[in-house]
Amino acid sequence: MAARGCGGVWRRARQCGAGRPGPGPAPFPRRQRAVACNARGGAVPAGKSGLAPWIPVVGLEIHAQISSNSKLFSGSQVQFAAPPNSLVSFFDASLPGTLPVLNRRCVEAAVMTGLALNCSINKKSLFDRKHYFYADLPAGYQITQQRVPIAVNGSLSYSLCIDNKMSQMVTKTVRIKQIQLEQDSGKSLHDDTRCQTLVDLNRAGVGLMEVVMEPDMCSGEEAAAAVRELQLILQTLGSSQAVMAEGQLRVDANVSVHHPGEPYGVRTEVKNINSIRFLAKAVDYEIQRQIEELENGGTILNETRAFDSKLGCTVPMRDKEGKQDYRFMPEPNLPPLILYDAKSLPANMNHQQVINIDWIHERLPDLPSVKREKLVEQYGILPEHSFTLLNEDGLAEFFESVVNQTQMKPKKVIGWILNDLLSYLKQHSLTVKESPVSSFLLADLLNLLEKKEISSTAAKQVLVELWKGEGKTPLEIVKEQKLELLQDQKELEQICQAVIDGQENE
Amino acid sequence: AALKDGLRSQVSAALKEGRVTPTELCQRCLALIKSTKFLNAYITVAEETALKQAEESEERYKRGMLVYGIPIAVKDKKNAAGIETTCASNMLKGYISPYNATVVQKLLDHGAVLLGKTNLDEFAMGSGSTDGVFGPVRNPWSYSKQYKEKSVPKCHSEDEESNWVITGGSSGGSAAAVSSFTCFAALGSDTGGSTRNPAAHCGVVGLKPTYGLISRHGLIPLVNSMDVPGILTRCVDDAAVLLGSLKKHDPKDSTTIQDDFKKKKLPNLTDVSKLSIGIPKEYHAPGLSSEILALWSKAADLFRNAGAKVVEVSLPHTPYSIVCYHVLCTAEVASNMARFDGLEYGHRSDTKDSTESMYAATRREGFNDVVRGRILSGNYFLLKQNYEKYFVKAQKVRRLIANDFVKVFRSGVDILLTPTTLSDAAPYTEFIQEDNRTRSAQDDILTQAANMAGLPAINVPTALSERGLPVGLQFIGRSFQEKQLLTVAKWFEKQVQFPVIQLEEVKRHDNAVFQHQKSASFS
Repeated sequence: MAARGCGGVWRRARQCGAGRPGPGPAPFPRRQRAVACNARGGAVPAGKSGLAPWIPVVGLEIHAQISSNSKLFSGSQVQFAAPPNSLVSFFDASLPGTLPVLNRRCVEAAVMTGLALNCSINKKSLFDRKHYFYADLPAGYQITQQRVPIAVNGSLSYSLCIDNKMSQMVTKTVRIKQIQLEQDSGKSLHDDTRCQTLVDLNRAGVGLMEVVMEPDMCSGEEAAAAVRELQLILQTLGSSQAVMAEGQLRVDANVSVHHPGEPYGVRTEVKNINSIRFLAKAVDYEIQRQIEELENGGTILNETRAFDSKLGCTVPMRDKEGKQDYRFMPEPNLPPLILYDAKSLPANMNHQQVINIDWIHERLPDLPSVKREKLVEQYGILPEHSFTLLNEDGLAEFFESVVNQTQMKPKKVIGWILNDLLSYLKQHSLTVKESPVSSFLLADLLNLLEKKEISSTAAKQVLVELWKGEGKTPLEIVKEQKLELLQDQKELEQICQAVIDGQENE
Repeated sequence: AALKDGLRSQVSAALKEGRVTPTELCQRCLALIKSTKFLNAYITVAEETALKQAEESEERYKRGMLVYGIPIAVKDKKNAAGIETTCASNMLKGYISPYNATVVQKLLDHGAVLLGKTNLDEFAMGSGSTDGVFGPVRNPWSYSKQYKEKSVPKCHSEDEESNWVITGGSSGGSAAAVSSFTCFAALGSDTGGSTRNPAAHCGVVGLKPTYGLISRHGLIPLVNSMDVPGILTRCVDDAAVLLGSLKKHDPKDSTTIQDDFKKKKLPNLTDVSKLSIGIPKEYHAPGLSSEILALWSKAADLFRNAGAKVVEVSLPHTPYSIVCYHVLCTAEVASNMARFDGLEYGHRSDTKDSTESMYAATRREGFNDVVRGRILSGNYFLLKQNYEKYFVKAQKVRRLIANDFVKVFRSGVDILLTPTTLSDAAPYTEFIQEDNRTRSAQDDILTQAANMAGLPAINVPTALSERGLPVGLQFIGRSFQEKQLLTVAKWFEKQVQFPVIQLEEVKRHDNAVFQHQKSASFS
């Protein structure tokens, strides 16, 4: 049942997400989007009733764990899958009398991320306490940035393909409302059979960046593409490892639907999404569920729902967390966080003691969008190929390395990279780093092909041998299997003569 | 009393010259703690570790430490590694901290010997040191010759037992410990007057430093934005020595500042004619006893006669301080107390129906009514619908109160002179007639504006009341101008010649060394 529902939405959502080219970039992406969705008329699914179509609205709250040696406010190490409660300082365990001390690295990571997402960085931001009782929140409150976050008003451009065709890509923009620094919680492990809850505080106090994306998206596919782009940016910056499976990137989706011209519908929050693929599924399922609910005369509750990846559907969560009054209060133990730029930097200030936004800005690495442009420009490959190159960790580097070692044109190399290397790796669930064929070996092989020493068919044969990873060079394999193209006229004549002679004899 | 000055540095000198060893001194203090046990000043006496520290101190003597071998006590609200830290609450009974508060660490690093942890109101919420789980602290002056002579005739019909007076609070244990000679100095904490109030009632010096001068790391908080570690000693010089050993930027407390308060000895102020002393008229508060009022004007005259400029000033927002404090204090209390859920440490209820019911039972069993009441009102003020109306408004009033001080100091006033308390210490039986909230509101009235503004303030014991109990006056200084504040306080201390407490228990231990000790100071 659920799976079928998803299928239906998937088709519809894709149509919505693809859209026809709108009237060009507008200053208010949200309005533009609503119009775009709306203007398609037929493309937006009319309900069963055949009346007004539905416009889905999707906003995201993303928690990215900051990649740093120590936690946001304590000196404890940050490490995935360490023995339980082995990375817990007195502060992390909220022992009475302990105080938070802000980790410079976490601030720098948030500034980098803010700059990469076109945010304005607040020169003065504040920390607040958000109160709720939970076993894995030892202090009874989380330190966050509710009033004045470190970065605000940014945007993220992302691309997605239409109808799953790589050749048809559209670029969209989602507004970033804010980025705030906050503490991660610990983990509760519930043992239902023994009625126990075990608490692991290793994660408690790890630095998080909460990135709030405005409800500018309207399908699971858009949400997934936006998150994928964010993930690439974070990984490029090194501000977060952003591995969803390890919980370094956690996405909550706010979903609602409404009719054109009407205010936004009641929204639900979907949690427990742990891969980008599931994000698309969860959002699309939730959109479809809400439409069906409303068309059957029901109402949408403002509730938190969890995505069940096995069933492929969302289910209400029992906790009442969403309705709590968090009793926010300024964190009295942390002075305002003051950042400087080249202009405001005090002359006699110790550089170890201040963070200079301009200094960080100048040192930002190339972002994925710039890298793609450069790849397209430099190597003459298709834009969609540049996406594929960046989507696989290390693939762009592999490609460039091969290009640098061969005379073969990059446009031809890309075919070998995408059709042969990548599909082999995918088949065997390997990462680029785990590839049995190094860029050096592949370049060697392509050079043989380029010099016309072997045929393209032979090259593929050699590659099959190379995958075995037996340490042979392409040339050795060619010689062993006698795959060389014959270039000696006389030798060729002799062979031909021999064939003809054989014929005659018969 | 003249003896007092002459012997001022004798304990320290005796220690340095080896005429008395830290171990001997420590043993004598421990003996005195035992014979004054009825005061209930200490929650934990760390006999073993104290003697060990004294021994170590002897080995490290040559390093010329600031408080070498000096026995001290610490309010049981600061963490000291390996010793129970209870905050006088069921919630933390038996809780042994794994780390030292920065102030404790610094004192130990400077060669001090930690005798034990002193009694207080539960989590420092109170002004009498009567509301802790270990029972009330008794003011040593209740047993002094001075009090007995003056007050007993008046109420001789009553049982002497019911006659004892409170220490004030919440650092009453620390004040009583210093006052009864069981230690040479003690650390308290001061959020609304918790160091100065008991110092006034117990006839000792109580210094509340500028917010941000001394690290709060390891001090279990009441109100983070107002808390400061307090210093209780028998003379101003000692307070200056202790301050010198404690103050310094602490990377573990982001609210501490870098500062240049030198560890030099306080100068003897000979000329006060360049001083401008402000007398804030709002401190003539309802309920101020005529005795204290008279003493206050006498003190003003003392300065005037010595050539200082004495001016009446106005701090117009002072009357709003108490309500404002109530909102800010309870809000932070509600937040700070949230960590006591019985999971990581402290008391945990046996209730096992659910995590929530375990929390509820733990907190009901662990906290007294006063703490629970403050948590309740604090959470009310922080509710979304109330936040602007109460918390934000209180913060604005706090700013106005702070600005009052700024204006007065900008007008050329150097130091403010005020009473510390409305009256001398009340008998326990009388004190407990009123509830904690009413008492705190009354008793903090003259002290907590300095906390709102973060200013340094000091109680200097001034005279004995008609009942033979100590009365103190308060000096409030400019931010981070501790040196000026202490210098003026020292001059005043010298003029008033506050009498030494005459205690039977101390007399019994009277010998050469205790002569030194009795005479007040170590600096």
